[in-house]
Amino acid sequence: MRELVKKLTSIYGPAGNEELVSQAIREEIESYVDEIEIDVMGNLIAHKKGSGKGKRIMLAAHMDQIGFMVTHIDDKGFLRFSNLGGISVPYSINRRVMFKNGLAGVIGYETEIDSWKDITLSKMYIDIGVSSKEEAEKLVKIGDVAVYHPLFSESNGKYISGAMDDRAGCALLVQTIKNIKSTPHDLYFVFTVQEELGLRGARTAAYALEPDIGIAVDVTATGDTPKCRPMAVSLGKGPAIKIKDASVLAHPLVKDLMISTAEKYDIPYQLEILEYGGTDSGAIHLSRGGVPSGVLSIPCRYVHSDSETIDASDLENGVKLLTKILEENIEF
Amino acid sequence: MSDLLKRLTEARGVSGNEDEVRQLIIEEVTPLADEVHVDRMGSVIAYKKGTRSNKKVMLCAHMDEVGFIITRIDDNGMLKFATVGSIDPRILPSKRVRIGEKAIPGVLGIKAIHLQEPAERERAVKVDQMYIDIGAKNKEEAKKLVKLGDYAVFDSECLYFGDNKVKSKALDDRVGCLTLIEALKDRYPFDLYACFTVQEEVGLRGAKVAGYSIQPDMALVVEGTTCSDVPGVEPHKYSTRMGEGPAISIADLASYSNKKMVSLLIECAKNANIPYQIKESISGGNDAGEIQRAGEGAMTAVVSVPCRYIHSPSSVADLKDINNTIKLVQEFLKGCEAL
Amino acid sequence: MDAKQFLGQLIDVPGVSGYEDKVSKLIMDAFEPYCDEVYRDTFYNVYGKKLGNKSGHGPKVMLAAHLDEIGLMVKDIDDKGFISFTNIGGVDQRILLSQEVYIHGKEKLFGVIGAKPPHLQERKEAQKAVPMKDLAIDVGLPAGKVKELVSIGDLITFKSPLVELEGSNVCGKSIDDRAGVVVLYETMKELQKLVFSGEVYFVATAQEEVGTRGAIISTYKINPDIGIAIDVTHGDTPDASKNDTHSMDKGPTIGVGPNMHPKLTKKLMDVAKENGIGYQVEVAPGLTGTDARSMQVSREGVPTVLIELPLRYMHTTVETLNMENVKKAAKLIALFIASMEEGWEECLTY
Repeated sequence: MRELVKKLTSIYGPAGNEELVSQAIREEIESYVDEIEIDVMGNLIAHKKGSGKGKRIMLAAHMDQIGFMVTHIDDKGFLRFSNLGGISVPYSINRRVMFKNGLAGVIGYETEIDSWKDITLSKMYIDIGVSSKEEAEKLVKIGDVAVYHPLFSESNGKYISGAMDDRAGCALLVQTIKNIKSTPHDLYFVFTVQEELGLRGARTAAYALEPDIGIAVDVTATGDTPKCRPMAVSLGKGPAIKIKDASVLAHPLVKDLMISTAEKYDIPYQLEILEYGGTDSGAIHLSRGGVPSGVLSIPCRYVHSDSETIDASDLENGVKLLTKILEENIEF
Repeated sequence: MSDLLKRLTEARGVSGNEDEVRQLIIEEVTPLADEVHVDRMGSVIAYKKGTRSNKKVMLCAHMDEVGFIITRIDDNGMLKFATVGSIDPRILPSKRVRIGEKAIPGVLGIKAIHLQEPAERERAVKVDQMYIDIGAKNKEEAKKLVKLGDYAVFDSECLYFGDNKVKSKALDDRVGCLTLIEALKDRYPFDLYACFTVQEEVGLRGAKVAGYSIQPDMALVVEGTTCSDVPGVEPHKYSTRMGEGPAISIADLASYSNKKMVSLLIECAKNANIPYQIKESISGGNDAGEIQRAGEGAMTAVVSVPCRYIHSPSSVADLKDINNTIKLVQEFLKGCEAL
Repeated sequence: MDAKQFLGQLIDVPGVSGYEDKVSKLIMDAFEPYCDEVYRDTFYNVYGKKLGNKSGHGPKVMLAAHLDEIGLMVKDIDDKGFISFTNIGGVDQRILLSQEVYIHGKEKLFGVIGAKPPHLQERKEAQKAVPMKDLAIDVGLPAGKVKELVSIGDLITFKSPLVELEGSNVCGKSIDDRAGVVVLYETMKELQKLVFSGEVYFVATAQEEVGTRGAIISTYKINPDIGIAIDVTHGDTPDASKNDTHSMDKGPTIGVGPNMHPKLTKKLMDVAKENGIGYQVEVAPGLTGTDARSMQVSREGVPTVLIELPLRYMHTTVETLNMENVKKAAKLIALFIASMEEGWEECLTY
């Protein structure tokens, strides 16, 4: 899976601009599914028919990553920006960014500010190395979006890159699609758009599909670094089965299904409580008359930075677990 | 047109109490549309059948404006209130309002300067310290004129001044309503739904319901947006500039505009020689946010008239920008069948 | 059973947001004798359907009161057996010190949220509230035993049974909004004595405390003509502003503002006046923090009204309610439903 993760995390795809990611995923899964369609929001929906005796299940992983949208070009060619999704000030200062055409830039801030606490996104800018507005306008325009410059590393079984959130989830779904041998269920693998802007793609996809069950696959934080916010999730201890986050209380039936499947097949897993944040299941579960939903999480350090870190074994065990869940009957 | 703009902006219609502006709009659109109805939230939907296709295109502008609601009547006859929609409390001292169905006049008075400590004058007044004075001696007298839950609007007449400028309350979004009324004068190849929504200012409420009922293929929202090209603001925070034409949004907090619609808007502007600008911030949110994700989703985009001092009784817009916005929307409607 | 009895039973049964299984069963049993059909959905919303007893085309009315309560959830268990926790819904962390709780693991365990003795505190420590992450529950068992019986994600509720105070006042936890569920119950009883057409759905909604989620789902399912949300509002206390609170003795409140339908609300007030039922007005300038916020914008829109019971000390274990308001609210709602005669559609216009 290393190559798949490396490939997906390096593709340019900030929220609202997921086309290249969508294309790449489509190429990966085309021959393994029965139907593919793209809806008006840009969600990629892949349908894998089951034997007809099971449930209608919607899986979701989001294609979009956080980004920086150019809102103003000043006289000296420096670019002011606004965030698309959860961009954090400390994670952005002096980071390298990249536009769709490969143009590189550096994020600077107004250094006359004395205290780091006073730096806000509106006091920062992107430097693309030009010296005038005219020069800048030849390379970028207002509305163009930059992302953290992609760079993939592997270290001791850990994969490190920006956009692990949620290309790792996309990779998990892609690999699951390839691995599933047979299933009683009607499966809809939805690679969603604009999750980082508020679970937007998932809302319309769920409404259109009317699933019986929803399972999102996304990254979650960990509690295994020095003096961090306490959380009972660590890298390397298995994929996490979400109990709650700010957007959803995982439905007990779905959560218990995930736990019992993991135990049945001896797949390591952890239980996750996230005291903030949200995932596509937040939108799916409130669709129409309600959809019992859960989340399969990939533990990840440094979320929303350019060096999000996951454990390869967690990812592989996540594929195993999801595959087993989808291959078996669901009683409720 | 300037007369209609005056009537529109002077009409009262705080979020949740859009009665007066709703009536005005119904009168204006009834002769222009095939069908006009009021939905369950109070939004006005004017429908015009297409000449050759069943595609549904929605034009959307909100009827409601920010204002106040009376929360308490004190023993001394003064009224306590809350703001409806987002208003900077610092603009309130010394302004006039009109309350309830009978438009009872009231003032947002504050203690005279002679009676204040120097430190007091430095601090911003908070809404819960303020009160509206209608001249009543006591609670009983006040209760004869107003009741709890009455809505109040800024008392601000619409004036044309300077070089083609207009000052009034509620330019956000009566300029949008004006644009929709103008657009209804034509018939298009597709089915047109001109929606004058309610309660945008308190959470895009009317749009959520209208979007669900209509489920358009495409929607263009016409708004009044922040124009901050004034002293004390750094250029990168202007958002839009007065006089430079309608502002096309790439994205705002509620929606990321459909790229094909944005390209077409720019193309229409260029082809028809209409000045335009790209909105330079992602601030604010509007009805497009709810319509884009209603049901199975729709293509949406937003075009706005730059309004200085938005959400205040003295907001200002340039008549050229208003006219150009109307023109741009008309050109867009001529060309959007292709999308 | 009478209202106070039912309330006492309800608040003792656990039902933290997302985990309302047990309390939903109790409510289904209570609704049985007074409804034509009682059922619940996968999210634990309970529905009691009552058909009209006279012919005619009365409205489909949906009443909503939430059955979930705020609570805590096991976050981790340390090597000494102390349990750290997080909140579900808006729990005020300042009420936690020295609270008595129940942990619903493989067994129901009693525990206390420990407080550091004053003797060991630093000088200024006592001036700041203790953050939730620094608190732990002591169940008095060795770590091994705790880890056997308790898992991450287990729910924790407060121990605070109903107590009677002076007058008609009662006090306990989760009166927000189990008292609303009692209003549903009393309303169905009142409706037995009246004549009405159409259909009424008494819905005890789930997950209100985490974002009115049960109301979003159930309103979509029912698609009513009219919505009536029943919740609690703030009763007056010396430390709160008069602007934001209501008297405990002047009746339930009726909501006014953009979230509520103006004509329907006026009709509700007229019914109250005609029948001598005292009420107060609660002005809400924006979205209310109740199921009404989601009911109003479901599908093509649902004209909604809001009735609330004044409650002191909301979201603590000593929430205080005047039971008289429960009866008044139930009478008012039943009469309101019965007042929907021919031409009721007029009240839904503008």
